[in-house]
Amino acid sequence: MANTVLSIENITVQFGGVVAVNNLSMHVDEGEIVSLIGPNGAGKTTAFNAITGVYQATNGRVSFNDRVILESHPTGKMRKLYAGENADLYHKIIKNTPDKIAKLGMGRTFQNIRLFKELSVLDNVLIAKHMRLKGNLFTDTFMINYKEEKKIRQECLELLKIVDLYDLRDEVASSLPYGKQRHLEIARALATDPSLLLLDEPAAGMNPQETEELTALIRKLRDDFKLTVLLIEHHMNLVMDISDRIYVIDFGKLISTGTPDMVQKDQRVIDAYLGVAEDE
Amino acid sequence: MKKNTKILASLILAAVFLGLLIFIDNSSLKNSMLSTCLQKGAIYALVAVSMNLLNGFTGLFSLGQAGFMLIGAYTYGILTIPVTSRGSVYQYFDGGLVQFSIPVIPAIILAGIMAACFAALIGLPVLKLKSDYLAIATLGFAEIIRALIQWKQIAPLTNGSNMLRAFPTYDTILFPFIISAICIAIIVLLIRSSYGRAFKAIREDEIAAEAMGVNLFKHKMMSFVISSFFAGIGGALLAMFQASVQAKAFTSAMTYEILLIVVIGGIGSITGSIIASFLFVGCMEWWLRFLDEVHYIGDFKVPFLRTGFRMVVFSIVIMIIVLFWRKGIMGNKEFSWDAIAKFFKDPFGLVSKKKKKGEVK
Ligand SMILES: Nc1ncnc2c1ncn2[C@@H]1O[C@H](COP(=O)(O)OP(=O)(O)OP(=O)(O)O)[C@@H](O)[C@H]1O
Ligand SMILES: [Mg+2]
Repeated sequence: MANTVLSIENITVQFGGVVAVNNLSMHVDEGEIVSLIGPNGAGKTTAFNAITGVYQATNGRVSFNDRVILESHPTGKMRKLYAGENADLYHKIIKNTPDKIAKLGMGRTFQNIRLFKELSVLDNVLIAKHMRLKGNLFTDTFMINYKEEKKIRQECLELLKIVDLYDLRDEVASSLPYGKQRHLEIARALATDPSLLLLDEPAAGMNPQETEELTALIRKLRDDFKLTVLLIEHHMNLVMDISDRIYVIDFGKLISTGTPDMVQKDQRVIDAYLGVAEDE
Repeated sequence: MKKNTKILASLILAAVFLGLLIFIDNSSLKNSMLSTCLQKGAIYALVAVSMNLLNGFTGLFSLGQAGFMLIGAYTYGILTIPVTSRGSVYQYFDGGLVQFSIPVIPAIILAGIMAACFAALIGLPVLKLKSDYLAIATLGFAEIIRALIQWKQIAPLTNGSNMLRAFPTYDTILFPFIISAICIAIIVLLIRSSYGRAFKAIREDEIAAEAMGVNLFKHKMMSFVISSFFAGIGGALLAMFQASVQAKAFTSAMTYEILLIVVIGGIGSITGSIIASFLFVGCMEWWLRFLDEVHYIGDFKVPFLRTGFRMVVFSIVIMIIVLFWRKGIMGNKEFSWDAIAKFFKDPFGLVSKKKKKGEVK
């Protein structure tokens, strides 16, 4: 059996009175492509943010490569306000900042593109390599480790070739067209040397052809870089095509899980999406 | 333009400038207004670039530059006054507490280190909070340190509200230029390094930077401490330039002057800060001086000209720059020979504009 890369247990994220993610449990195994889907506002991005340390979950535990990276239970004001389940299951508080989690090998992209806008395409990718450098402030400033710098530059250029941005490497990131910006987000996440890649709506705003190309790219990256992928996406063609397994959430709660075929036939999923299907 | 041509052009420019400085240094111009402005400009350039490292490249807003310069200036002064002169300088405090003196260069470096230590102390609690707090904390620090240095209880160390003087100064006006140039070169190297890229990433988007593995606290701290280090060195140079220091001169108005230079030059442009420093010092000390004096044309007394009018004009100039030239002289670009060449071939972009119009058709 494959190793579990990411394991999420009973995660609840509550903002004031709003329970954005409600007692969510899921796992992703090595080499899998797993999708997390659900209607708008279901809590998908919030779940990503809790996993990557941007928000501290109110309750629950997250393990990454058999290491607990987050454990939480309602404290302080939340003790009274808490509207989720399993309030007494966890007793420790373990938290990690996003940069630590990135260093452990979790790379991510953002739904509302967060590139370093004024910097060049190449610089955007180089920044993701910064934490892997062996040099220190002194050797780096005085170019004593110029060989290392040369090496990461080469690696980043290779990455840009893969996502088809090599020719645009010196352009300012904000000047790229939308689809290219999404590609750059992926290249930047790859540059962190992740074992798990989290993609938040990588196909948002893309046309059917671009979406198809992206599907192929994600597969290729999974194979070439031996990645495990957790994906949030609204393009159902892409999701059904690429996913090994799917988790469906609605109002923060898991409503269905299984292979694409199983999920598609699930009445609860159809119900949850009906409202959304009309306006899409 | 070819790379070799550019290097040659830069070398020629540097040589001409150096030649000019050496000429001034060895002629009667040495004590002229020109020389004064050049020296002060060089010192302000260093402080402005150090502020730009933090405000322009890391996106952290600090208002403590005068405070760190004050620490640098006092550290330098206290450590270098010759033992024989201490009796007269610290005349009210039995020659003061410190009864040794160290050479100039180590003292300048220590001035930087001392400022850096204070920055670390401020940064430790403040840089974990949202960035906005840094401006408030540093402004408060600058005010407190100015009062603290004049405090009676530590007067045997700082000479209280009396001035420090008689410490070694420089004989050649090249000195502040050389120290400034070395420091600015180091800052430029830093900005071009991987750490510099990380600083810029923080400026662009903290959340994304953190997701890419940049430790926010660590890198903000580095930028803040390094910036303060060089502000401290700038303070030491200013002390040497003035030949005496007094805490009460390092007001927050001084910080605002530096901030103005950074804004005029362009936030995020090193060459912008340098050029703006010389322009600023030139205007303040020299070219706009006449506005402060009463002038007559024949029997006619020119209106408005009186003490303080210089500042009015200056404020208007600043407002015009901020309103119409928001990005400063250089924006966030650096000086480049290509840009100069382009300017001479095609001033004001007339030709290329026409070309663009043609393309549309
Ligand atoms: N920082 C926050 N503070 C308060 N409420 C929040 C916060 N972030 C998210 N929410 C709320 O949590 C809920 C889930 O939002 P989230 O962005 O996770 O949805 P999503 O599934 O990613 O939706 P979409 O498909 O539109 O991206 C929403 O109701 C949202 O308003
Ligand atoms: Mg979302």
